[in-house]
Amino acid sequence: MPAPLDPARPYRLSPGVALRPEPFGALAYHFGNRRLSFLKAPELVHLVVELDQYASVHQALAGVSERHRDAFRRALATLAAADMIIPQ
Amino acid sequence: MTDTREAAPVPALVEQFKGGLHAPICLTWEWTYACNLSCVHCLSSSGRRDPAELSTDEIRSVIDELQRLQVFYVNVGGGEPTVRPDFWELLDYAIAHQVGVKFSTNGLRLTRERARRLAATDYVDVQISLDGATREVNDAVRGRGSYDMAVRAMENLAAAGLAGFKVSVVMTRQNVAQLDDFAALADRYGAQLRITRLRPSGRGADVWDDLHPTAHQQRELYAWLLGHGEKVLTGDSFFHLNALGSDPLPGLNLCGAGRVVCLIDPVGDVYACPFAIHDAFKAGNVRTPGGFERVWRDSELFAELRRPASGGACSGCSAYDACQGGCMAAKFFTGLPLDGPDPECVKGHGVTALAATDRSAPPPQGNDHSHRTVPLGMPAVRTHRPDRFCDVSPLAGADLGGARAVPDERGTS
Repeated sequence: MPAPLDPARPYRLSPGVALRPEPFGALAYHFGNRRLSFLKAPELVHLVVELDQYASVHQALAGVSERHRDAFRRALATLAAADMIIPQ
Repeated sequence: MTDTREAAPVPALVEQFKGGLHAPICLTWEWTYACNLSCVHCLSSSGRRDPAELSTDEIRSVIDELQRLQVFYVNVGGGEPTVRPDFWELLDYAIAHQVGVKFSTNGLRLTRERARRLAATDYVDVQISLDGATREVNDAVRGRGSYDMAVRAMENLAAAGLAGFKVSVVMTRQNVAQLDDFAALADRYGAQLRITRLRPSGRGADVWDDLHPTAHQQRELYAWLLGHGEKVLTGDSFFHLNALGSDPLPGLNLCGAGRVVCLIDPVGDVYACPFAIHDAFKAGNVRTPGGFERVWRDSELFAELRRPASGGACSGCSAYDACQGGCMAAKFFTGLPLDGPDPECVKGHGVTALAATDRSAPPPQGNDHSHRTVPLGMPAVRTHRPDRFCDVSPLAGADLGGARAVPDERGTS
């Protein structure tokens, strides 16, 4: 079991994950654990792809519009639990 | 959508799915119509290989295309896919090209040695078909010896340490009562149980009236799934039961045909779903220019399936939101209109609709590849093409020294 998301740390998309663009956002597929996740907004896809540019998840989320922020934080926690995003 | 490892989407996402995706999520791909068995409910009427089946090179090139489309895994079936001499080679090819494979088998080729090799292969999943928790119930549907063959395969997989393989059961009137036994059996081998709905597709049309679960059994099934749903895979096939209660079953609750699901058959024809091998649901062929991708993106049929559907005759029903009108293939092959109730509608509307339908003339099934057998179950031996004059006189032109071809009892091939 991966550790829960620690927003104070920097994260990145796992190298074992492929993103497939879709009208709603993207499918994320983990070739290691074979999990499939749905990134349900294009802005979330952007955030996940750019995640490694930030010093922490907090910082990455600071750039997200307020109406999306809570939902995206929960989405990142889910992705961390599935090992889709990993601490750097 | 067959796996619990897939995250449960929110309703808004289901709405998105209705409009279709860039590529399927759940692609079933049958590699041959040849099969060592003759299950009475075979939804692809398999038995004999089709001479036009995709070659090794053609399958490889479709795998290349699926890799490019980021179709991350496929469900390979048949027929019995492992009877293809190139099966293991193609399996390795797919895995090497980042297209994972879950293949369905009756266990025919799963020797101890093969099980060991599979256990050492990443990215492959095995699904053993079994339709009875006892030999008696299983073999009545799948044929004599098939229970023992499946059990031997499961023993070999378990001994090789391939944990989490699937045991796949089609639910019938004879085996709903065995649900707990199936779960125990899967546990015994460290496997996961998968149960799916009996469809009146292929040879299933011939036995559906006798084998589909009764209304009482449907309620039993729904209750059992609510209690065990998280552990049991269903391929989302029971969403028509959602109208039985306020708790939706886990899964998409959506007919994915042409939206997130499709089928490539052994000759490369692309159908809207694995249960709809019929011209009415054929979207194209992977051999045509543009290949699979063009069929998936541009076919008129798929465009139609992705348009918002009205509830039709069901639109006034309080349960429509829960069941979405049920299964397209189940309606079609029982002769019901596609915008009306499912034949197994839990509100009883299907029974009423069926009573008003001429069941003597259901839609003809698609390509029939059934074994040619005479009613005694003896294989017919065809030594030469039947003489056309047989139509006039049974003896005209016959070589009386040789075996005579016996017409296929289904009469379509």
